[in-house]
Amino acid sequence: MIKIDKSFCAVNIDKDKCMGCTNCMKKCPTEAIRVKGGKAQIDFARCVSCGECIRTCSYKAKTSVYDALDIINKYKYKVALLPPSLFGQFKNVMEPELVANAMKNIGFDDWFEVARGADIVSSVTREILCGKDIPKPLISNACPVCVELILYRYHGLADNLMTTLPPLEISASLAREKAAHDTGLDDEDIGIFFISPCAAKICSIKRGLYTENVQINGVLSAWDVCLKLMQVPASEVSIRQKLIASNLGLAWATSGGEVSNIQKGRQLAADGILNVMNVLRELEAGKLTDIDFVELNACPGGCVGGVLNIENPFVCKSKIHSIRRNALLYKTNTVDNVGDAKPEDYKLNEWQPVNVFKLDTNFVRAFEKLQQLESLTKELPGYDCGLCGAPTCRAFAEDIVNNRAEISHCVKYKTDKV
Amino acid sequence: MDVIVWSSEVDGKNFEGAGFASQTTRSKLKQLGLNSDLIRRVAIAMYEGEINMVIHADGGVATTEIFPDRITITLRDTGKGIENIELAMKEGYSTASDSVRDLGFGAGMGLPNMKKYADEMIIESEVGKGTTVCLIFRLV
Repeated sequence: MIKIDKSFCAVNIDKDKCMGCTNCMKKCPTEAIRVKGGKAQIDFARCVSCGECIRTCSYKAKTSVYDALDIINKYKYKVALLPPSLFGQFKNVMEPELVANAMKNIGFDDWFEVARGADIVSSVTREILCGKDIPKPLISNACPVCVELILYRYHGLADNLMTTLPPLEISASLAREKAAHDTGLDDEDIGIFFISPCAAKICSIKRGLYTENVQINGVLSAWDVCLKLMQVPASEVSIRQKLIASNLGLAWATSGGEVSNIQKGRQLAADGILNVMNVLRELEAGKLTDIDFVELNACPGGCVGGVLNIENPFVCKSKIHSIRRNALLYKTNTVDNVGDAKPEDYKLNEWQPVNVFKLDTNFVRAFEKLQQLESLTKELPGYDCGLCGAPTCRAFAEDIVNNRAEISHCVKYKTDKV
Repeated sequence: MDVIVWSSEVDGKNFEGAGFASQTTRSKLKQLGLNSDLIRRVAIAMYEGEINMVIHADGGVATTEIFPDRITITLRDTGKGIENIELAMKEGYSTASDSVRDLGFGAGMGLPNMKKYADEMIIESEVGKGTTVCLIFRLV
């Protein structure tokens, strides 16, 4: 199984390619990036692995960190965990079965759909929403970026986060059980590999965000796997297995898919990091009091918008819709796949918010620093130009009170002095 | 240590903009590392106050003061004032116009909620002159 590394960082910066422009720094939703000595740096205690810096970098200096394809060779029996978004990656392939079964042509022995875990989570969520004393609204925890955003930045909502396992972790356990059952092999001979559409899922697995008992042995990028799959001629793929997940499980690939599984009460689905943050801000302010369930996806369009995908998110979305329509023709019932899934079978610990924005652990010192911060902010020009290496004048003032920057780094301050 | 103060103007007739003052306050309280339940109470009560000023008084000024032992939020407007404070404090009592109610506001829960979330609330109001609501949250 994967070794949990709490300090794992999902983003790598190539110092040679980084030009020290301020694009990524300006886009970072948690103000985790600073430009120092002409190069971007990430404070990983604040990073939520949203991938905005990877998406926005004009010089391709930022890349996601993932395992190399040959990691699978360490195991006798190799199973690929396929996210529903993967089925929308190929322009001319309409049958998801072709994509799934082609996994066997690139070195895997079997594959398992994450959408089956999604079917279970849908059923569990419906059950939770029927219960008493549930937080209002209940917030989905399937997107790890949104979970970390809440834990770091919107603490007041930590109790609203679902406390059951998300689809990926459930599917990983099921895939392992199936592999053991099919082959009779020992646990250490079975390798389960997730093919990730985004940096955040990789980080959530490696950091053990949901559970430290991760049933996954490695995380590959959808990019690498798709490029490999493209070299497989369709005529060589033998379609032995059909998809089992329901049309609604596949819907989780796109924004609004998760809530389409819920019939009770009022739901809201937001996608794209800025939209997600707007919704979280309004929720925390107590503005959206009539919503019962909230689905959040940090990537535009949902998981189809992940930075490790090869296909344009909108094309991918339209393909997923067609695949779902076809899936509807031969199966509509999710209950058969799910059995009697109960929330208590998939229980997680309560979420613990981490305040990464506090100025000091000691209240008296934090108070003094906030005082300094307030007066410094008034002195600074308020251009938010980023030339000092911080995303805003206020963030720069924060760095100064925490001894991470000096006021002389402010260009306006310097020229005024001259 | 003495006090940290900041004020924001609350724009009247702008429901979208209401919430800016409480949002600013919230992010500063987070920087102080205060517990999330307290921050939530402050932010919700302050937001209700902002909405009240938008609905009834064409805006006003929201001031936050942080002392070592307490936070006080003062919401001051020069609107029409409250005729009967006791009645205004009743849950469900509202003098909001139909157009405001159509927007989902003015349910008569503003002041009662503010009182519920704050540790102490003081209202001073004079008809025709304006209203000042002071919310106190204790830190110890």
